[in-house]
Order: sequence, then structure tokens, then C-alpha cells
Amino acid sequence: MDYTILLLAIPFLMFLTIGLLGYKMTPKFSGLLGTAGLAVVTALAYYTAYRYFFTEFGQAAEGAWETNVMFNFTWLDLSNANRPDLMIKIGMLLDPISVMMLVVITTVSLMVHIYSMGYMHGEEGFQRYYAVLSLFTFAMLGLVVATNIFQMYIFWELVGVSSFLLISFYFTKPSAVRAAKKAFIVTRFADMFFLIGILILSYYTKTFDFQALTAVDTEAGHATLVFNTMGGKMFMGLSVTSIALLLIFLGGAGKSAMFPFHIWLPDAMEGPTPASALIHAATMVVAGVFLVARLFPVYFFEAPDVLTVIAYVGGFTSLFAAVIACTQTDIKRVLAFSTISQIAYMMVALGVSKYGGHDGLGFTASMWHLFTHAMFKATLFMAAGCIIHAVHSNEMDAMGGLRHYMKKTYLTFGLACFAIAGIFPLSGFFSKDEILVAAWEADKVLYWCQTFVAGLTAFYMFRLFFRIFFYEEPKYEHHTPHEAPANMWVPLCILSVYTVFSGWFPFSKWISSDLIGYDIHTHWPIALGSTAVALLGIGIAFALYYKKNNIPDRIANACNSFYTWASHRFYIDEVYLFITNKIIFGGICTAIAWFDRHVIDGFMDMLGWSTNTISEETKEIQSGSVQQYAWLFIMGVITITALALYL
Amino acid sequence: MDMIKEFYSGFSIMNQEVSLVLVLVFILLADLFLGEKGKKYLQLSAIAAFALNVVYGFTLTIGSTYEDSFAGMYVTSDMHILVKNILNIGTLLVFFFAHYWNEHENKTQSGEFYFLTLSTLLGMYLMISSGNFLLFYIGLETASIPMAAMVAFNKKAQESAEAAAKYILTAAFSSGVMLFGISLIYGTCGTLYFTGVTQAFQAEPLQVMALIFFMAGMGFKISLVPFHLWTADTYQGAPTAVTAYLSVMSKGAAAFAFLCILQKAFQNYPESWQNILWWIIVVTITVGNLFAIRQKNLKRFLAFSSISQAGYIMLGVIANTAQGMTATVFYIFIYLFTNLAAFGIISNIENQTGKVGMDDYNGLYKTNPKLAVVMMLAMFSLGGIPFFAGFFSKFFIFLAAAQQGLYLLVFIALLNTIISLFYYLLVVKAMFIETSDDPIKPIKSDAMTVIGLAICTIGMIVLGFISPIYEYMTSISF
Repeated sequence: MDYTILLLAIPFLMFLTIGLLGYKMTPKFSGLLGTAGLAVVTALAYYTAYRYFFTEFGQAAEGAWETNVMFNFTWLDLSNANRPDLMIKIGMLLDPISVMMLVVITTVSLMVHIYSMGYMHGEEGFQRYYAVLSLFTFAMLGLVVATNIFQMYIFWELVGVSSFLLISFYFTKPSAVRAAKKAFIVTRFADMFFLIGILILSYYTKTFDFQALTAVDTEAGHATLVFNTMGGKMFMGLSVTSIALLLIFLGGAGKSAMFPFHIWLPDAMEGPTPASALIHAATMVVAGVFLVARLFPVYFFEAPDVLTVIAYVGGFTSLFAAVIACTQTDIKRVLAFSTISQIAYMMVALGVSKYGGHDGLGFTASMWHLFTHAMFKATLFMAAGCIIHAVHSNEMDAMGGLRHYMKKTYLTFGLACFAIAGIFPLSGFFSKDEILVAAWEADKVLYWCQTFVAGLTAFYMFRLFFRIFFYEEPKYEHHTPHEAPANMWVPLCILSVYTVFSGWFPFSKWISSDLIGYDIHTHWPIALGSTAVALLGIGIAFALYYKKNNIPDRIANACNSFYTWASHRFYIDEVYLFITNKIIFGGICTAIAWFDRHVIDGFMDMLGWSTNTISEETKEIQSGSVQQYAWLFIMGVITITALALYL
Repeated sequence: MDMIKEFYSGFSIMNQEVSLVLVLVFILLADLFLGEKGKKYLQLSAIAAFALNVVYGFTLTIGSTYEDSFAGMYVTSDMHILVKNILNIGTLLVFFFAHYWNEHENKTQSGEFYFLTLSTLLGMYLMISSGNFLLFYIGLETASIPMAAMVAFNKKAQESAEAAAKYILTAAFSSGVMLFGISLIYGTCGTLYFTGVTQAFQAEPLQVMALIFFMAGMGFKISLVPFHLWTADTYQGAPTAVTAYLSVMSKGAAAFAFLCILQKAFQNYPESWQNILWWIIVVTITVGNLFAIRQKNLKRFLAFSSISQAGYIMLGVIANTAQGMTATVFYIFIYLFTNLAAFGIISNIENQTGKVGMDDYNGLYKTNPKLAVVMMLAMFSLGGIPFFAGFFSKFFIFLAAAQQGLYLLVFIALLNTIISLFYYLLVVKAMFIETSDDPIKPIKSDAMTVIGLAICTIGMIVLGFISPIYEYMTSISF
């Protein structure tokens, strides 16, 4: 064990300090304390990344990466002779993807910490906000460095809790409370499947450990010995491994807002915007992608059918969310649906990926896109925060022509829009291109679908862009909008740097499905195709939204019912409400409530009543007279003897 | 010469007994020869001497198998040593709680209190370590007769004298029944050594009767129904420190000795005593609960609570396995901290205000929040609410019984824990929810009581979580 434990210890300590003593601090001090703590963690994370990727520490051989376990405490020992390795440990595992995640999480989190000093200025509960931010950072870091699936599950729930706390930050607002409940219940519901999956998997493999689970037996071309015991066991037409892995994916789908668990994410925008940037755009929502990536060899070798399911769920979700994004008018909602769509992109990449070398391109592309997306989506969210800060509204109608007032926001937002649209040479171009290449090589249907989504993405992002910064200026009655303070725009600019340059990192050297670096090249026909589609999307957005006109309304009217459906998010929320309110609450719960009230409570009442009555009737025995005591004593002995001898 | 040497070498495994006798003699001499000035330090030196003995006890180890001496009269093992150590801890805690009482009401006789208490402890040691019914009986009486003197310690209080009279009369009566049983065992088996009885016991009617008579005597010590009737009156009348001692140490030692004898002497026909014990447990737990509900005096309340707790302890005995032994000892261990915490608070409040009624405790939280919280912990732990130590001890003892297929018994016991929760929570309700016009004034507890309560509180909170304790007990059970 070395300094790496500080990566987890410092945020946790910050959480305890600010959480318990925050009421004694001034808001400013608590913010500075949290930010300073996180700055140290960020420095450590960058040092770890440097050590891992650029020194011998991380290199198993030339171009191949080591999996380092820094420490691993046994927390709960469940082992016996049959299952010597079944233990729940808390540890830290460093491999390329977890090191990359360390960088992503600490970078975005630090930027959010700084940004929030300005954005949350003067809010009640400022200390609480920073305490929960620290808790979230701790939980997220613990999740990505987990050495075993159970540790991941523990931290998985912790990020869920901190997400809940941040969404409900404005807990006096009923809509925020509702959104927090919705997010918690939906993700928790999905986590139930995750837990069942973990239990099935560990029951058969007798281990929770990621290294044991994912170690690949290359000669046999079969994922490891631990799965031999599962082979052949079938349940409902699927192998038990597939079922376990499908259930685990469902858990990931809940956190990563895949269809049909996506409904919580748009509502989660009720939370403070920087928290949305950190949790609901850059880090927590990609936990599902990370989970699948972490178990990727298992999925690939043991359950390729599930991987196909993942690819198609991803493909459908990305299309579905992109269509909805085109019709939303709340700028944070647009970004939320865009996030769903982009995460689904990563899922598609994992789903179509193969194992080893260049075949594992999808895996690399997925992680790469995770990285670039975290940066440009955090930029977008934080820029949106600046805009909301300036106009005090989330609605597009309250915006327009803001380029004159907010130069820095305008530029960074624009850059991030070009990045997400996939325009050369910004980061999104490279990562999205590799995803499309991987899809092309695996499945043409998904390729065309994703290319179409790329066009839609460009369209709705630039619809947003033009609508905010150009279009028609509304009457800014109370005061003219102004640029955000420095502690808000500086983080924006820093993130923009990543947005621009992270496409040039040699990701394929660092991150690959089999831990061995390889070379990739830009695949020009596909790159040109996707760029053309993106430019088309931008062009349409330009035509429709650069200046105020009535074409968008006419289009909306022309495809009336489809537009209504899309702008109501295809009524998925209503379906959920029907199922929960009418079927579960109205049908099943009524019966359970009756049982509880009459049978369980009735039994307890009966117990109480009879106890009381008997107690009242028999109190005479304890009379206080010794003669009677002796009499009862000897009668007791005689009775027992008689019973023992004659019964 | 060799015989003499062999005789004395028998003492070599009796370290705890020998060191306790040394402490006893020290206290007796100190009490006799210390002058007026020295008397001030009598209590402290007695506690210090005994504390040394406690520490010494923990340094001992024998190995998990039996060792015996005096031709099998005396046996010991790591488990025996551990149980004696547990009793030591309890006795030390009782001394902490009794310090204030001795200082203020018993100034002249405090030496006697320590001497009598430790005499009964010596009796319990012998009871636990006996390998023969005779030594067992001597141990039992050594533990009983000084106890009567302790119960009568408040000489001027009529209720103390009454309690002692009831105790000594019923004790004599039960001793008679038990001795009758032991003589029948000797008559039918031809030996009093447990190992010999094992061979000769065939569960013939006369032998079964002897066994039941013996069990009745033990039932008296552990206060199992229907041999429990003395309990409430004695507990209520005796000085609170003595009640605490009686309810934990006396009961715990007897329960463990009972377990050892049943498992050793009657191991070949377990069903002969298990069937009887089954009913005794059911009746004990239930009756203890039924009577506890109506009590308004807290000492009397805890008397019935301890009757029902004794029933739970017997669940580990009836299991008749090593796991059952572990669970029993663990239960006694936890019960000791929990019950002594409750008695520590009661004696603290009684000493300073004279109040012991449940109604007197109304609004205690407002005036004495710390005491109220510790009392609440004790009640939660006695009731077996997770995650206090009492929950784990109940869990293990239920597990031990359930492993032997005694599901119905465990179910009945579980139902009874629900009832017991009701009356334990009555105390909590009185302290936290009820209000009072005449609440107990804020109390300044003396240092000894504070130490004792702190130890008990830590015990109630953390012992359930420290798995090495239970694992160690498992490793030395037989």
C-alpha cells in the first residue's frame, strides 16, 4: 500500500469534515477546503496516470499493460473449503481503464468544484453541497478502482445515494424531490437486477474478484477456469452465465439511463447544473459503460448473445434519445437526452467489439468516447450553467442573441458543439469515427443507425447553439445578461482544452480489450461520410434556427402526431406511471396492505391481548408466601417426573 | 512421600482458585488488621487485588482438552478458564457499582461484602470445574450460603431480611431435593464421578427420577420455572448490588455447570433430559415474560426479565453440541454486560435518590440523558434489537438450537422476544416519552460507577461485532 489510498481517503475525509463540521465554517471556507482537497486528489490521480502509462510501473512488457492491485483488504470472509476465494474485499485495482477513469473523474470533479464556487454562491446549504460533492467523488473513485464486483456494487450504491442527495439539493422544490425519488427508485430497481446477477455469478464462479473473472485463457480461446463450473447450465433457454451477465447489464443500464430505464435522467436535471455536469453527464452515468468494459472479456467469451443485446439496446436508445432531443425546449433537457444518446453510443461500441488487438477497436473507441464525451459534455453543461445563471431560465424562449453578451461562454459552447457533432479536428471526431468503424466492421445496420444519429446529434446541438446565441433576441427586461465570473469561465476554458485536444491522444496504445497496445488509423471513407452527415445536420439547423422564421413550426405541424409524441418523450413516463400507480399500487399493493393490516397486525394484536390476559389471570401464583413456593416446587418436580416416566 | 507430592501437584492446574483464595485471605486480613486510617483504602485495595486476579486469569491457558487432578475430582480446560474469566469480569463490574453503596451505607462492613462475594465466586469456580457430584454439591453450597448473608446485608431493612429468609429457606429446600437426586444417582450408578455415571446411566425410571430431582435443584439456581418463585421476592428485597450479582454471576455459573454435567454425565441418553428441558424452556420464557409485563418495581421487573433470559440461555444447553456450548457462553458473556448496565443504573439511582419504580423513571432523559441512553441501550440489547450485542447472542443461541432441528422451540422463543420487546420498551418509553412532575434530579455519578457503566456500554455496542471473540469460543468448545 502506498500513496494511492489517499485517492480514496482524502475525498472521504473531506466529506466527513465538511459534512460534520460544515455548519461551523463559512460557506467560502468549506468550498475552498473541498476544492483544495480535490486539487490534491487530482494531482495524485495525474501522477498515478503518469506513473502507470509512462514508467515501468504500468508496463507488463513492451506495449502491454500490467494490472496492479495496490491494496486489498478483506472485509467479509465468506470462504470455506468449497469456495476458498469467495471474499468481499475493498481494494484498489489499477489498469488502463481505471487509471483513465481516475483522470476523468478528478478532472471534471475539480472543474466542477471550482465552478460551483461561483455558480452556487449565496445558496443556502452551500456546505452541504460541497460535502455531497466530496462524497460523490469518493464513491465514484471507489467504484472505478474496485478490485471485485462486490466492492463495485457497494460504491455503485453510494454514487446512487450521492446522486439522490444532489438532485434533491433544492429540497423545498416539489419537482426536485420528485425527480430525486424517481432517479433513486429507477436506478435502485435496476440495481436489484445487478445484485441478483452478482449473486448468480459468484454462486457459480465462487469468486467476486475481477482479475479471476476476467483472466483470459488465450490458448483455449475461452475465458477462464472459473467459468467451467457454469458451462452447460441452462435456465429458460439461456445459459446461466448469460442470465447473470444480462442481469448485471440491466444494473448498468439503470445507471447509464439505457432504454427503458432512461426516464430518470432528464428529470435529474432538477439538481444544480454543476452537479448535473459531474454526475449526470461525465461520470456516474457512464458507470454502466465502465461496468460492461470491466467485465468485457467475460461478456465476449461467455455471453456473446448478451453483447449483441447490449449493442442493439444501445443503438435503439441512441436513436430514440436523439429524436427526443430535437424536440425539447429546456436546454438542460436537450443536453440530458444528448447524454443518453451519447452513452448509448458507447454501449454500441462495446456491443460490437471483439477481443484482442485491432478486433477490440470497439472497446477502445468506447472508452475513448467516454473520455472525450466527459470533457465536452461537462463543458456544455457548465456553459449551459453560465447561460442559466445569466438569463435565470432554462427555456430556449428566454434566450437568443447571447453571443453579444457572453463571449467566452459562446466560444466554449461552440467548440463543444463542434466536438460532439464530430467535426475534424476536435476530439469527438476521432472517438466517434472509431465507433462507426467498429460498427461498420461488425454490423451494417448499427452502422447506418449510428451514422444517422450522428447527423441528428449535429442537428439538435446546433439547434441549441443557434437558438441560444443567434436567433432573435428576447426582451431582457430586468437586466442585460452578462458574462459569468472568472471562477466559472476559467474551468470552462480548461475543459475546452481537453475538448479540443483529447482526440490526439494515442488511446489505442493505452486502452485495449486485451491490455496490449495497437495502432489505429483514421478510416477516411467512414470519417468523411460521418462528417458529411454532421455538416448536413449543422446546415439544416442553420437554415432553421439562425434567424427567427416559421419553418420549424411548419415542419412540426406537418408531422404533427410524431412531433407531439417525440416532444412528450414517446409517453414512456406515462407508461411507467400507469404500471406503478394502477397495477402495482392499485392492484398488488392493496392486497398486501390488507394482509399486513389484518393478518400480520391482527396476529400481533392477538399476541398482545392474550399475553395481557394470561398475565392478569396468573399473577396470584407469585403470592410471596414461602410455603406456597415450596409446595409449587415439589409439585413441579412430581409432575415433571410423572410426565417423563409415563409419556 | 510420593502421595503427598502427587496431592500437591494437583493444585498446579488450579491457578484461578488458588489466586482467588489468596485475594480472599488478603481481604480478610486487611479488614482485620487495617486501622481506622487504613480502612479508607480497604475498598480500593480489595478491588485492586481482585482486578489483579482478573488480569492474571486472562494469562492462563491449558489447551482445549480436559485436564484433571485429584483423581478426576477437579477438571479444567480453556473453556472452563474462559467462563471463570467471564465471571471475574462480572464480579469486578459489580464491585464498581457497589463501591458507592459500600462507601455510604456500609462503611463498617464493606470488607465483609467483598469477602462474602468472593467466597461465592470460589464456590462457583468449584461448581464449574467439578468432575464429581460431591465437589459439585460443595461448590454449589459454597456459592449459596454466603449469598444468603449477602442478600441480608441491609440488616436494618426489613425487606432485606425477608428476602434472605425466603432465599435460604427455598435454597435449603431445593438443596434437599437435589441431594436426594444425587443420592439416588449414587444408589443406581454406584459412583459420583461424572465419567462413571456416563457408563452406568441407563435411563431407568429411578435414574430418570434422580435426574429430574437434580435438575430441579439446578432449576432453582438458574431460576427456571416452576422453581423460580423465590427470584422476584429475593431480587426485590436484596441490596441492588447483590441482586445484580445474583442475576448474572450465580445464574451464569450454574447454567454452565448444568450444561457441563448434562453433556458429560448424561451424554448417552440426551433425550431423557432434552424432552424435559424443552418444556421447562417454553414455560420459563413465557412465564418470565408474562410476569415481567405487570411489574412496576424495576428490580422485580428485571427479576422476571432474568427468568425469561435464563430460558434463552437454556436453548444453548438443550442443543447439546459444541456450537450450543459456544452460544451459551457467548450469551452469558453478553448478558453480563447488558444486565449489569441496567443494574448499574438502577443501583446508581437508588443509592442517590432511593427511587426504583418504573414511574419514577418518567422523564429521566430530560434530567439525566447519559444514564437514560445507557439504560436504553441495555433494554435494546436485552430485547435483542439489532445491532446491539444482545441481538448477536440471541441470534447465535437460536442458531444453535435450530441446527438441532428444534424449530418449534425456536419459534416459540422468537414469539416471546416480541412480547419481551414490549416491556423492555416500556422502560424506554418511561424515560424518553413520559413526563413527570417530580423527575429524578440530575445525578452526579461517582467515578467507579462511571467506569463500570462505560465498560458495559462499550461491551453492549462492540462485542457483537468483534468476531474473534465468538471464533475463539468456538475453537475451545467441546
